[in-house]
Amino acid sequence: MASSTKSSSTTSRETAKSPKNGKNSAADLDKSGIGAETDYLDLFRQMYLIRQFEIACGENYSKGSIRGFLHLYIGQEATGVGAISTLREDDYIVSHYRDHGHALARGLDINRSMAELFGRSTGTSKGKGGSMHLFDVAKRFMGGHAIVAGQLPLAAGLALAQQYNKTDDLTICFFGDGSTNQGVYHETLNLAAVWKLPILFFLENNMYGMGSSIERVRAGGIDFYPGMATYGIPAAEVDGMDVLAVKETTELAVARIRNGEGPQFIEAKTFRFVGHSLADGQKYRGQEEVKEWEERDPTITFPTKLIAMGLATSDQIAEIKAGVDLAVENSVKFAEESPDPDLSEIHTDVLA
Amino acid sequence: MPQIVLREALKRGLEEALDNDPRVFMMGEDIGEYGGAYAVTDGFLKKFGPERIKDTPISEQAFIGAGIGAAAAGLRPIVELMSMSFALVAFDQIVNMAANLRYMSGGQISIPMVIRAPTGAGVQLGATHSQSFETWLAEVPGMKVVCPSNPYDALGLMRSAIKDDNPVLVAEPALLYGAKGEVPDEYYEIEIGKADVTRTGTDITLISYGYGMRPVNEAADTLAGRGLSVEVIDLRSLSPIDMDAVIASVKKTNRVVVVDTARRRGGIMAEVTADLQQRASEWLDGPIMRVGSVDVPWPYNRGLEREVLTDAADVLAAVAEGYGL
Repeated sequence: MASSTKSSSTTSRETAKSPKNGKNSAADLDKSGIGAETDYLDLFRQMYLIRQFEIACGENYSKGSIRGFLHLYIGQEATGVGAISTLREDDYIVSHYRDHGHALARGLDINRSMAELFGRSTGTSKGKGGSMHLFDVAKRFMGGHAIVAGQLPLAAGLALAQQYNKTDDLTICFFGDGSTNQGVYHETLNLAAVWKLPILFFLENNMYGMGSSIERVRAGGIDFYPGMATYGIPAAEVDGMDVLAVKETTELAVARIRNGEGPQFIEAKTFRFVGHSLADGQKYRGQEEVKEWEERDPTITFPTKLIAMGLATSDQIAEIKAGVDLAVENSVKFAEESPDPDLSEIHTDVLA
Repeated sequence: MPQIVLREALKRGLEEALDNDPRVFMMGEDIGEYGGAYAVTDGFLKKFGPERIKDTPISEQAFIGAGIGAAAAGLRPIVELMSMSFALVAFDQIVNMAANLRYMSGGQISIPMVIRAPTGAGVQLGATHSQSFETWLAEVPGMKVVCPSNPYDALGLMRSAIKDDNPVLVAEPALLYGAKGEVPDEYYEIEIGKADVTRTGTDITLISYGYGMRPVNEAADTLAGRGLSVEVIDLRSLSPIDMDAVIASVKKTNRVVVVDTARRRGGIMAEVTADLQQRASEWLDGPIMRVGSVDVPWPYNRGLEREVLTDAADVLAAVAEGYGL
């Protein structure tokens, strides 16, 4: 690896776990001290909320209450939750079309989010955005973007404004492995590096761009982080199935950005247990591979680990689950009972 | 009234905004050290510094997109494309992001951003540098498109574009950067979406905008020399279009020729024609005549390019064909 990424790759080896070694990162946290303030139960609650929310989305898609495309984040929860847990209120978040997980991890209202998927007037975008276009500017959640890699320069621009205004806020931009073959991916990495923008490029490498395995469509293998040397952007790899590893790796990158060190890049190896969208029969991959990853399901492994380590009791976990289940049920009820947008809404919000 | 060239008028509008509003900054290829491909931003880097006059890499998607992000965060970026033809490279950002963000966020986001680009043929730059995609972008909801034909309008429209809370494309006719006109020292703005009746008459209406006003004005002079009373409308804004002004004029003259120096097919004048047909056909004494440049890729050779580009003779031929005048 080139010298520009040396320091971070060292860090990454210390802190981030590759999916292969499977080491328990939570066990290391007492030494690092970073985990001291971690609200473990809340991390679990968020991951479980995303999971249950999306299971409900799938059910309501099958019923026809949710239409269009529905891309679920099931399996990837630890990545978004771990990363977003490190941010401050004034930081911007930019996501891709698989955006429910990031939205909920940022604390978007679950009722309004579900209502948006139902296309109702009470939705986050009044029913005009849909699943791929969730927004909540008050929470600095800047979308939900559905042109693959199109969100990268938008995120760079938000970061540019943060730099221009001389704040130490930052922008985190999520994108998948599928976006890395778009020209604008390269353009934005270069621009951000040249201008030293306060942006965290967060690659969620789930190994598939729709039905194309990354190995089929990318020259150079499945690892992206080593290539960041080209841009002089420090990069780290992390096990995206381990919420604490993600959190810890992100905290380090975030600290560097706030310290004025410019853009950082994190590659989380993760996996969606379900198809690209609900229309996907998954003919392009074997169930063996899916099963292997499912064994590392963060909504199961993480609470098991917390109980084993004495950081939570099974009663606490059960209580969180019950609360989330009820909230998700209520969100569906809220969406069902919400009115469709008035037809006059066709003409509002076109121009400011 | 003092006379200045269009380039200077644009420059005045930009400089004023940079002076008065710290949220305004500029980005583009070679707008700083180099001074801009058409010298509109010459001297800005020295006056305003590299934080506000940002030279970008040759990355139209990235820097147009970055402008959109900065605008979403509350800044007021003015982004220069070196040629309107390069807008193609950034169409995804302009259309899918800048124009759509407000709607798909349910009104949560505003993009107060100006995109400036030299447009049009006539300087022998060949097929890839001579196109006029402001006519395409005028179709896109969620943004505005203006195109001045003289220094007075250039300054007035630029002021309005910078103050607007929406994405505004300012198409700057490349052939007119050196065109002179009167510009008062007193402050004024020109409302986006308002056409200008630049000449009043009762016999026939000629409609154009941007560089097209040159052949139209020449043709109007010739027709006036023949004793005709010609009305001339400069649209100034392609989105929104001031169709009320167009229809009011046609109701008066009952004859109309619409003129574009962009390619004839599918352009903004097709829109004007269709609207006129629907809203004013009973007022017309003949066909709505549409004039535009020849529908071929722009040729390099001077003679070929001149032949392809709409000129006054084309306008006069349409007047003769449609109305026997």
